[in-house]
Amino acid sequence: MAARTLTLGKALNEGLRKALEADPKVLIMGEDVGRLGGVFRVTDGLQKDFGEDRVIDTPLAESGIVGTAVGLAIRGFRPVCEIQFDGFVFPAFDQIVSQVAKMRYRSAGHVALPITIRIPYGGGIGAVEHHSESPETYFAHTPGLKVVTCSNPADAYSMIQQAVSCDDPIVFFEPKRRYWDKAEVDTDAAPAPLWTARVARAGTDVTVITYGPSVRTCLEAAAAAESEGRDIEVIDLRALSPIDWGAVVESVTKTQHAVVVAEAPVFASLSAEVAARISERCFYSLEAPVLRVGGYSTPYPTSRVEEDFLPDLDRILDAVDRSLAF
Amino acid sequence: MTEALRPQPSEGPEFVQLLTPEGERVAHPDYDLEISDEEIRGLYRDLLMVRRIDTEATALQRQGELGLWASLLGQEAAQVGAGRALTASDFAFPTYREHGVAFCKGVDPVTLLGLFRGTSQGGWDPYQNGFGLYTIVIGSQTLHATGYAMGLQRDGGDGAAMAFFGDGASSQGDVNEAFVWASVFNAPVVFFCQNNQWAISEPLEKQTRIPLYRRAQGFGFPGVRVDGNDVLAVLAVTRQALARAREGSGPTLVEAWTYRMGAHTTSDDPTRYRLAAELETWKLKDPIERVKAHLSRSGGADATFFAEVDTAADELAAHLRAGCLALPDPDPITLFDNVYAEGSSLLDEEREQCAAYLASFAAAGH
Repeated sequence: MAARTLTLGKALNEGLRKALEADPKVLIMGEDVGRLGGVFRVTDGLQKDFGEDRVIDTPLAESGIVGTAVGLAIRGFRPVCEIQFDGFVFPAFDQIVSQVAKMRYRSAGHVALPITIRIPYGGGIGAVEHHSESPETYFAHTPGLKVVTCSNPADAYSMIQQAVSCDDPIVFFEPKRRYWDKAEVDTDAAPAPLWTARVARAGTDVTVITYGPSVRTCLEAAAAAESEGRDIEVIDLRALSPIDWGAVVESVTKTQHAVVVAEAPVFASLSAEVAARISERCFYSLEAPVLRVGGYSTPYPTSRVEEDFLPDLDRILDAVDRSLAF
Repeated sequence: MTEALRPQPSEGPEFVQLLTPEGERVAHPDYDLEISDEEIRGLYRDLLMVRRIDTEATALQRQGELGLWASLLGQEAAQVGAGRALTASDFAFPTYREHGVAFCKGVDPVTLLGLFRGTSQGGWDPYQNGFGLYTIVIGSQTLHATGYAMGLQRDGGDGAAMAFFGDGASSQGDVNEAFVWASVFNAPVVFFCQNNQWAISEPLEKQTRIPLYRRAQGFGFPGVRVDGNDVLAVLAVTRQALARAREGSGPTLVEAWTYRMGAHTTSDDPTRYRLAAELETWKLKDPIERVKAHLSRSGGADATFFAEVDTAADELAAHLRAGCLALPDPDPITLFDNVYAEGSSLLDEEREQCAAYLASFAAAGH
């Protein structure tokens, strides 16, 4: 067994290395991904080993990164684009939503665009504006795209490889404040299918459905609740589009209580979608309305107050209490 | 300013012309074109066929058979010149008006009609003819062409990419980003701008304060303005630009100076924003008449040839009309097809729901 302790960022790095080794058509492109290794060092050392033609430092224009990736994919390449921060993806939004998402449909299946768009996302790192956002709902809302997010090093290592080898365009969200989280990664283990959710913690009283950076927060909340005699089940969705509803329904049917946790503002969000589906499918099992804990409907706030914006342990447990008391 | 933007052909070597509106061959110091009468007859035939496709499609729209049509009337020489410069290994990235390039690339014009009739969203195989999907969002395809060219650099392909766009698109961020990328990576791409003077109702003056071809200099590659109504000049200029790209010398911007004789699309009304006199001026520069005048005067073609081409054009129009009317409405359930290569549990579920809903009408005997 090749189990090693890796940070989430290093696990992504090793996963990308494996992807580059596995397929000569895989390219990495983005701002500062080459010599610098990316601002979070996720691509550290890859240009040195795979060359400037495969690990490409691009001009600073996000639409250009994604738009040229489309052309490279048409030519048979498998580009992995890095968008440096969540808030910088919007200059590329048109190319992603109008071109990447629709090319296969418009071509009646003749053109595949196996493009992976990596986006570090979420808050909690004390950053200036545009560096802490959670824009995943925009992409999950767009037919033609698939959206995934990892929450831990083991998933990071396997999911990035699965995303790169998928023939569909995938927006891959990376929980930036968890880049430095460490865990054992068995690089020889057979990974779970990409489109499956994971029970991160089994429990019986309440199901907390979450993803990405909030998974750890929810696990911490569950550990704290244990001392109060509450047994929380935590579901890590992993795939945000499509969602593994089977795992969600099974858990909520069992616990009869559901709380959805994510950093994005809850209004018209993925959390809203999860709540709606649970209402449709678990209506007769529910003992309480589905509750949501997330960001408020404000622009992402300044870092000195971001802890009040982000779902934290106390707000999650407050929602769990309200659910059980209903 | 307007005058500076719109020079007359007599202004000199910056404006490449090899065939005057009167049909006289003229020399240009940088663009020589050795071409036989047979090849010129071929170009004439292309021009006439392409115009016939356009007039027939416009008629089909007026008769309610197409929802929309974007006419290329007046731009035939620009598209045939560039289209015939492209070889089989070159890849064209069109807007939604490149029916002439499609024809030269061997795409059956009936295929194009699906998009405008609403039976497909394009749907042709871009790899079959090296002709990409029509792109309606303005300028997006210039980045795709540039990326494709970067791919050619990486896999040793021997072709080049050509991006088609218009004067309006020159203002788009994507086009300017494509120029930066192509320049920095020295990509084998030709940027072919058909400056037809109008972006729907906005004249060229709303897009630029300098001639468009001069913008290339600021990005670090050559730009050239060619008489876009002169098929010989366009052929010569684009051939040279493609050769330059293929040999590794990087991108070129070609500004084909032409005119959109018709409306932007069949939904547009150009009488609201431009004068009929302007149209009359451009009628005198017709791209087809000058080739016909040249062939007639030089003895390169006779009346029999012109009559044969007219007949062939009518046959093509009949093929187009019959093909259009025969385009099948897609089965509703196929709207779920080809969203993903590897499927999606969400889509599978919705397809099943839709199929069950549709089947409920059959079950009810409707």
